[in-house]
Amino acid sequence: MSILIDNNTKVICQGFTGSQGTFHSQQAIAYGTDLVGGVTPGKGGTEHLGRPVFNTVSDAVASTGATASVIYVPAPFCKDSILEAAHAGITLIVVITEGIPTLDMLVCKVKCDELGVRLIGPNCPGIITPGECKIGIMPGHIHLPGKVGIVSRSGTLTYEAVKQTTDAGFGQSTCVGIGGDPITGTNFTDILVLFEQDPATAAMVMIGEIGGTAEETAAAYIKANVSKPVVSYIAGVTAPAGKRMGHAGAIISGGKGTADEKFAALSDAGVKTVRSLADISTALAEITGW
Amino acid sequence: MNLHEYQGKQLFAEYGLPVSKGYAVDTVAAAMAAVDKIGGDKWVVKAQIHAGGRGKAGGVKLVTSKQEVTDFAHQWLGQRMVTYQTDPAGQPVTKIYIENCTDIASELYLGAVVDRSTCRIVFMASTEGGVEIEQVAQKTPEKILKAIIDPLTGAQPHQGRELAFKLGLRDNQIKQFTQIFLGLAKLFQDKDLALLEINPLVVTKQGNLHCLDAKVVIDSNAVHRHQDIQALHDPSQIDERESHADSWDLNYVALEGTIGCMVNGAGLAMGTMDMVALYGGFPANFLDVGGGATKERVTEAFKIILSDDRVAAVLVNIFGGIVRCDLIAEGIINAVREVGVAVPVVVRLEGNNAELGGQKLATSGLDIIAATSLTDAAQQVVIAAGGVQ
Repeated sequence: MSILIDNNTKVICQGFTGSQGTFHSQQAIAYGTDLVGGVTPGKGGTEHLGRPVFNTVSDAVASTGATASVIYVPAPFCKDSILEAAHAGITLIVVITEGIPTLDMLVCKVKCDELGVRLIGPNCPGIITPGECKIGIMPGHIHLPGKVGIVSRSGTLTYEAVKQTTDAGFGQSTCVGIGGDPITGTNFTDILVLFEQDPATAAMVMIGEIGGTAEETAAAYIKANVSKPVVSYIAGVTAPAGKRMGHAGAIISGGKGTADEKFAALSDAGVKTVRSLADISTALAEITGW
Repeated sequence: MNLHEYQGKQLFAEYGLPVSKGYAVDTVAAAMAAVDKIGGDKWVVKAQIHAGGRGKAGGVKLVTSKQEVTDFAHQWLGQRMVTYQTDPAGQPVTKIYIENCTDIASELYLGAVVDRSTCRIVFMASTEGGVEIEQVAQKTPEKILKAIIDPLTGAQPHQGRELAFKLGLRDNQIKQFTQIFLGLAKLFQDKDLALLEINPLVVTKQGNLHCLDAKVVIDSNAVHRHQDIQALHDPSQIDERESHADSWDLNYVALEGTIGCMVNGAGLAMGTMDMVALYGGFPANFLDVGGGATKERVTEAFKIILSDDRVAAVLVNIFGGIVRCDLIAEGIINAVREVGVAVPVVVRLEGNNAELGGQKLATSGLDIIAATSLTDAAQQVVIAAGGVQ
């Protein structure tokens, strides 16, 4: 078991024949993902990486039965690609692209919610169920099928947590990168709900960072609803206020969104917080007895 | 991307919002000409910088003679202004804005942001204008009125009317406020704003609404689709190193410490700074070299980090997910040679071929310390920079 994706998930790629789409699709196929085709308008009817290329997402869905799509198209065109996938019957859209205008995301978010489509990202590494299905740009080889559910706003911090839980032998049920933008399709709480219900997930790791209040909201949810052990790390204790730290969403504004507030809210919710990024798997071992 | 007040007011004027007649000038002579064009005998002069708190820093003044305008221009043009929102060096003043004086009866607040938790544009209005709105929100949250904009329908007149009535406005002011609200909502949508503030929005002694200030921030991800907005970019307001880094697609933020950091990935870059601090050091910067971490980018990143002469040691932290660490190690070695790095460099490589990368660093003959783990790296770099501060 896992959340959102497994070895039965049929995936297509939008922006399939571009350089990013090509490289990461090759990696996904090599990992064993059931990548059933891709979409590049104007190249329909051709083949790429041994998979069919379609002009539209509708054609791809009709022909392959895909339910998930990963989007690598450039930022200015992402709104169109997301809405195309949502209207074509895709139920899981994973947007890797960085730099999508915020107002575009507001429309995509409201439309996906209305259509019941799960939107992950943008500006995220994607999602992986180790040994079964990899949708995104994360390095597959560091993962190990296992029992820890990981959710994070940052790609490289996810990899750190993955590496530690792999080295410790715990492995991961599913890892979800929700993305570093201020507006994301899916937030921490959405994923925690799924991990709580997933029998394969025995414990969770939540990696947050400065900016916004998604961690505080998640803390309140954990306090009221989560029975499984949770370890959390928040990046940006040393970040100055008012400066954007790489991610569009990583900014302390109006004194809100500091790492200390988030640590406090999580501790108060009974979450095991770690101040050192290197302590994630040690903390997991401590609270689970593994 | 931030706009100056005068640029924000120009946008307001384009959208039919009530702003004073004014001119942005960069010389004393132009200031005199502006005063003549505006006419009257009372003016407001305002230094233009990308930061709030100008009033308290002496950057906003009501003047009643040309001599005072001249004095103000001499005082500020070409100088740096320090406010509670700037760093200790302050922001350079390259322009001052001169406008005619408005007689104020009362001050309101009107602003809008993209609210992250509701995923909507939210307008906020308050009768508590002219003061820091964050403080109002903290102490008396009931005094902040809100209107949430549906992304599919846009702002509606009834939302403006409702805010206006709740603000205690009357008669013609209701209509004026609704027009301002709708104009701002259109501006927000049309120009991809990230934040908008009019503080204060005043009621004049004649009973009319008037936009006395303008803070406008544009979504950086959307600037590419607005040529008119691109022309408003003022590089003088951005830290030189930060804008240079930006031209190399490197995310760099200058900090006050002594330990330079070079990391791939924004989250890990923050995490690395925090590790340095956890072990008693002070990070000198945030720097994300991105996923590629090629020799060219690493070289440029070293140059930027070392242009800060407070840097006493550099920590390079790379998680080689898809890229190979031995290639990154070669890039680091070449960069250290080429740039002539004179301070100790601690490198932590993790992921693909990390051991091979570590060996290459260790045998390079350069002052590069190959760390065995993230914790080891943080401890080593703190020692290399002179020990726990």
